[in-house]
Amino acid sequence: MAQAFFGGVHPNDMKAATNEKAIEQLAPPAEVVIPMSMHFGAPCTPLVKAGDHVKVGQKIGEFRGLGAPIHASVSGTVKVVEPRPYTMGGNMMSVVIENDFQNELSEEVQAPADPDALSVDEMVEMVKNAGIVGMGGATFPTHVKITSGIGKVDTVIINGAECEPYITGDHRTMLERPEEIIGGCRYLAKMFGVDKVIIGVEDNKQNGIDAMNQVIAAQKAPVVVEPLHCRYPQGGEKQLCQAITGKQVPPGGLPANIGCAVFNINTTCAIYRAITQGMPVVNKVVTVSGSGVVEPKNLECPIGTPFSCLFDACGGLNDKTYKLVAGGPMMGMAQYTADVSVGKGTGAILAFCENEEQTVEHPQCIRCGKCVAACPMHLEPLFMYQYASKNMLDELNDAHIMDCMECGACAYACPARVHLTHMFKYGKQKLKDKMAADKAAAEAKKAAEEKKEAANK
Amino acid sequence: MTDYKNLKLIATSSPHIRGSETTRSIMLDVIIAMLPALIWAVVMFGFKALTLTVVSVVGCMFWEWLYRTLMKKPQSVADLSAVVTGMLLAFVSPVTTPYWTILIGDFFAIVVVKQLFGGIGKNFVNPALAGRAFLVGSYASIMTTWIAPGEKAPLFGSTADIVTAATPMAYLKTGDMETLMSTYSVADMFMGKIGGSLGEVSVLMLLIGGAYLLFRKVINWHTPVAYIATVAVLSFLFPKAGSGLDWMLYSVFGGGLMLGAFFMATDYATSPVTKKGQLIFGIGCGLFTVLIRYFGSYNEGVCYSIMVMNLCVALIDKYTKPTRFGVVKSDKKEAAAK
Repeated sequence: MAQAFFGGVHPNDMKAATNEKAIEQLAPPAEVVIPMSMHFGAPCTPLVKAGDHVKVGQKIGEFRGLGAPIHASVSGTVKVVEPRPYTMGGNMMSVVIENDFQNELSEEVQAPADPDALSVDEMVEMVKNAGIVGMGGATFPTHVKITSGIGKVDTVIINGAECEPYITGDHRTMLERPEEIIGGCRYLAKMFGVDKVIIGVEDNKQNGIDAMNQVIAAQKAPVVVEPLHCRYPQGGEKQLCQAITGKQVPPGGLPANIGCAVFNINTTCAIYRAITQGMPVVNKVVTVSGSGVVEPKNLECPIGTPFSCLFDACGGLNDKTYKLVAGGPMMGMAQYTADVSVGKGTGAILAFCENEEQTVEHPQCIRCGKCVAACPMHLEPLFMYQYASKNMLDELNDAHIMDCMECGACAYACPARVHLTHMFKYGKQKLKDKMAADKAAAEAKKAAEEKKEAANK
Repeated sequence: MTDYKNLKLIATSSPHIRGSETTRSIMLDVIIAMLPALIWAVVMFGFKALTLTVVSVVGCMFWEWLYRTLMKKPQSVADLSAVVTGMLLAFVSPVTTPYWTILIGDFFAIVVVKQLFGGIGKNFVNPALAGRAFLVGSYASIMTTWIAPGEKAPLFGSTADIVTAATPMAYLKTGDMETLMSTYSVADMFMGKIGGSLGEVSVLMLLIGGAYLLFRKVINWHTPVAYIATVAVLSFLFPKAGSGLDWMLYSVFGGGLMLGAFFMATDYATSPVTKKGQLIFGIGCGLFTVLIRYFGSYNEGVCYSIMVMNLCVALIDKYTKPTRFGVVKSDKKEAAAK
C-alpha cells in the first residue's frame, strides 16, 4: 500500500448506488449542445455555421494558444451557433447540432495503418487532433502536458483514485475496458520513454485492480497497479504524486517539477482510441447519481448531451431536488439550470434532494482546528477564512491561499459549517485582481517615469 | 417525466456534502463525557452536586439567551456550548457554593468573557475557568470551603455546621507527605474519595470521560498527554517531601489536573489549532501548574496555569504554522542560509 498524503477526510463514498451497474449507452439525444470551452485555456472558434451538415468526429471548433480542438459528437445539421448556459457558469458560445440519427463517421477520422509503428511526434499529433484534455475535471490539454513533460518526466502516473463520493465511471471503465486503459498506458510509456507506468487506484475498487492486473499479466505490459488508501483527496494530482513517489510538488509548481505526469483513466482510454482508431473525444462516461435521481446509472453519452436527457434516462428527478452538480460533490459546480450539457470534463452529474448540504444560518468558527488537520496542502483554513472575509489581502497572501486547490476537505470537516471553500475562491480571485492591478500600476508608473526622463532629455 | 424548468435550484460553492459532526454534536459529546464525574460527585457529595450543576447550566443558558436577545443577535443557546460552560463552572466550584454565587460566576463566564468578545469561538480565556477565577477573587472563603469526604452537602441553607477538611492539595503545599498519605491513600485519590471541587475529585471517572472524548475524536491526545506528562515528570524529579513516585502520584491525581487536562485545556477556542502547538500548550500548562503549586500562594495551579497559557495561544499559533505543502526540509535550510 502506497504511503499516504497529508490530512484529508473520509466521506461516505456513496458509490454503492452505481458501482455494480455496467456502463449503458444512452439512446442518442435529438440535439446536442457543444460549448466551445471544454478545456483549460481560451475558448475555441466555431468552424461551422447554422445549416451546415456535420458528421461524427468532424472538427467544429479550432483552438488558439493553449487548448484543444472540439469535434461533432453526432451527425446531423447545425441548428444554431449561439451562447448557451454551460457547466462552468454563465453562457458560452455553443454549436447546437440536430441529430439525424445516421451516426455517419467523418472522413477526418482516419485510423493509422500500424499504430505501433508511429513515432512519438506522430502520436502526440494524434492526441492533439483528437482534442484530448484531462477528463478528470481539470481539462488541461493533454498534448501540452505530454510535450512539455517529455524529457523531464520519469514517473508516469495514471489517476484511478476516483476519490470523490458517488462517481463510479472510472471504476466501471477499469472493469469493462481494462484493455483500453492498459493500451493507453503503453502509448504513454512510449511517448515519455519510460519503462513503467503506475496506475494508482483506491483500495475500495479491488475488482477493478484485479481486472487490470489480469490484462497486464496477459499482455506483459509495462504497467503496475498501486493500491492506495481510501481517503479524499487521494485523486488530487499533488496528493497522488506524494502518495506514490513520496515527493512533494513545490508550491505553485506542477507534477513535472518532480518528474511526474498524471493522467486520468478516461484520458488514458481516449489516448488509446485516438492512436489506434484516430477517434477524437466525442463520448463521455458519466455517473448520474445522488438522492434526487430516481434510478442512478453510469451512462456513456455524446459530448454535448443536455443534462435533462441523462436524467430522463435515469427515471427523472425527485420533485424536491434543490441542487444539480456537474462533477463530484466535493469539487463539482452547482448548476442553476438543467439546460447545460455534458462537457469533456463532466464525470458525474448529481442531483440532491435531501439534507446533503447541511447549511446552518449563522456559521460561527469554534477554532476546533479540524480544518487544519484536514488540509492536504498544510494550510490553516480558519485563519484564511478570517483574512478573506475581512479583505486582508496581504495576510491572505502570506497565508499561502494560492496553494489552496479548493478540494473542500476543510469545509467538509468543519463542524460549524463555515463556508470555507467558498470564501477561498472569493479570496483567491480578489488577490489575483489585486496582483494584476498592482502590476498594471507599476508598469504605468514606470512608463510615466520613462516618458518624463525622455522629456527631460 | 420531471419538469426540469420548475425545479427550484440553488447554486452554492462546493463542497456540496458535509461531514456529520456539528458544533452541537461535539458539545453533546463533551456533556456525555462529563456525566461519569457528575454521577460520582452526587455519590460523594450528595444531591447538592446535581442541583448546583443544574442551576449553573440554567444560569449560563439564561445569561446567553438574555445577552443575545438584548443585543438583537441570533440565538446560540441551541449549540449547547453554554451548557458545557455551566457544567464546567459547577465542576470547578466546591459543592457548598451557594446558588447565587454560581449564578454570578455564570454571568462573568458567559457575558463578560464569552459574549462581549463575540460569542462561541471568540472568548480569549476558558469561560468556566475565568468564572471560577472571578469567584475565587470575590468570594474567597466560599470558594475554598471543602467538605470532608463522606459528608453530604445540604440542598439549601447554611453550610456552617458541615465538617470541613483539608484537601490533598493543602498537604502537598506544605509538603506534609506523612499526614497526606495517612489521610488519603493513592486508591482514594484515584477513585475520588477526597475533598475538592465538585467534579474534579475522581481521576477514574474523568479518565473514562477523557477516553470517550478521544474515542469520539472530539479532542486530540496532544494537550492532555503533554500536560499530565509534564506535571508527572517535574513532580517525580523534584519532590518536596517523600519519594519521587509518591509525590508524583499525589500531584497527578490531586487537584483539578485531570479535569483541567481533558476538559479545560482542550477547549477549542482557547487552545492552539495545530498538534504541535497543542503539545507546546500542554507542556506550558504543566510547567505553570507545577510552578504555582510549588511557589504560588494558591494550593492549586491548574486554573491559573491554563488561563495563562490561554493568553499565549495567539503566539503559539503564530510560531507553529504547518510547513506548507511542497516545502521540504532541505529547501527550508537553503532559504535560511540565504
